[in-house]
Amino acid sequence: MSETDIPDDLLYSSEDEWVRREGERVVIGITDYAQQQLGEIVHVDLPEVGTRVERGDELGSIDSVKTVAELYAPVSGEVVEANEALAENPELLNEDCYGDGWIAVLQTDGGDDDAHLLRPSAYRKHVAERSD
Amino acid sequence: MSAARHTPLHAAELRHGARMVEFAGFELPLQFSKVLEEHAAVREAAGLFDVSHMGQIELAGPEALDAADHLLTRRASTLGVGGVRYALLCNEQGGVVDDVTVYRTAPDALFLCVNAANIEKDLAWIRKHAPSGARVTDRSAQTALLALQGPASAAVLRSVAAEALVSQRRFRFARGEVAGRDALVSRTGYTGADGYEIYCAAPDAEILFEALLAKGAAHGIRPCGLGARDTLRLEAALPLYGHELDDTTSPLEAGLDRFVERDGAFIGAAAIRERARAGHLRALAGFVLVDRGVARAGYEVTQAGHRVGVVTSGAPSPTLGKSIGLAYVPPPLAAPGTEVDVLMRGRAMRAQIVETPFVRGERAGKSTSA
Repeated sequence: MSETDIPDDLLYSSEDEWVRREGERVVIGITDYAQQQLGEIVHVDLPEVGTRVERGDELGSIDSVKTVAELYAPVSGEVVEANEALAENPELLNEDCYGDGWIAVLQTDGGDDDAHLLRPSAYRKHVAERSD
Repeated sequence: MSAARHTPLHAAELRHGARMVEFAGFELPLQFSKVLEEHAAVREAAGLFDVSHMGQIELAGPEALDAADHLLTRRASTLGVGGVRYALLCNEQGGVVDDVTVYRTAPDALFLCVNAANIEKDLAWIRKHAPSGARVTDRSAQTALLALQGPASAAVLRSVAAEALVSQRRFRFARGEVAGRDALVSRTGYTGADGYEIYCAAPDAEILFEALLAKGAAHGIRPCGLGARDTLRLEAALPLYGHELDDTTSPLEAGLDRFVERDGAFIGAAAIRERARAGHLRALAGFVLVDRGVARAGYEVTQAGHRVGVVTSGAPSPTLGKSIGLAYVPPPLAAPGTEVDVLMRGRAMRAQIVETPFVRGERAGKSTSA
């Protein structure tokens, strides 16, 4: 498998999602490891703006040519934005998973919900454990 | 790593960058590059598949033809030497034991190319029902099989084999040398495109594989995996055992009337006729999704909120740029133009029943040369 990109300025979930906190707003997406595992992504079921989710709830799903993967909320909050560009161009998740391939923005409650998220070094280990 | 079996091409595939997946107890390439690129290669140029996991069961001897006539939905005795045809093995209830291709290799010999997942089942079935004058031999482990598919496949084969092998008509086969090795080459395939299936001895597989890729490079050949194999066969609306076919399905429900001799005396013939007379409860239909999404095996098909059927296979169609699939629905709903919904994780995606195959002729990459 090719090099897996794991930026140092993000936090990660064990479900291969990334999280970028901007105050109470949290931008989420899937990691480079996730998009490599999925293969060519052909469809994204985005969460509906206004939906309230608890950490671990299903947020949407991603269809690749060969499989479908669930997207889980890495933190609790309300969906305030969903990346509509993914409806027309789902391949953005493969091409730019940390940039234009962002999936949604959640407004969180302000409590420290990030303690369970993985630091880059811990996520790197999590990926290495599952690679051959 | 895993306990899955390897084909003779396993090492070569890893060298070419294959990403492996387990299928029918074998570790096989899912893809070498991108599924969509491999799919496009077969539609526009040529692709090379390792299908050595499939089984080859030989029937030989004075009762070999009788055995085949008894077991298969089409009489082998009417298939000339050098001919190959698609047929089904059925059980007494008229359900499908396996779908196979039948090669008549000699007046008193033939072999069946069978699905990898069914090799043991088929062997047991054939041994149980074949008369003693038919020797049943499993050649699967010694035989490798490559599928060369796409409009450039004739040009690629011409660079490693004699013209006689290249210019065969569809559903014919012949023995000869490919890249200097003995092979049996048929003009057949599972992609809807022009192409060849090349049988050789297992130790020769790697030489043929590398020779075809090397000589075919000028024609745009790509090694292809199971991912593309599935999207291609789905565009051609070809059934896959375990999805469209199983031991409860009548071949007539699956739209395989052309491959069943209705007046035959084979195992299951009477049951097939009886089920047809009583009226089938379902028919296999092709659909295209109107709303965005991807249909998958097991998704429900509904109409006006009521469940009417189930998807057996689904995938994006790279050639059409839409999602397609096959589903069993009540026969009246199988008419092209019928509007149904496919439930994807609770959401209803609008779909329309269409004629199949989804991609045909030029778009399926049929060669315009002989």
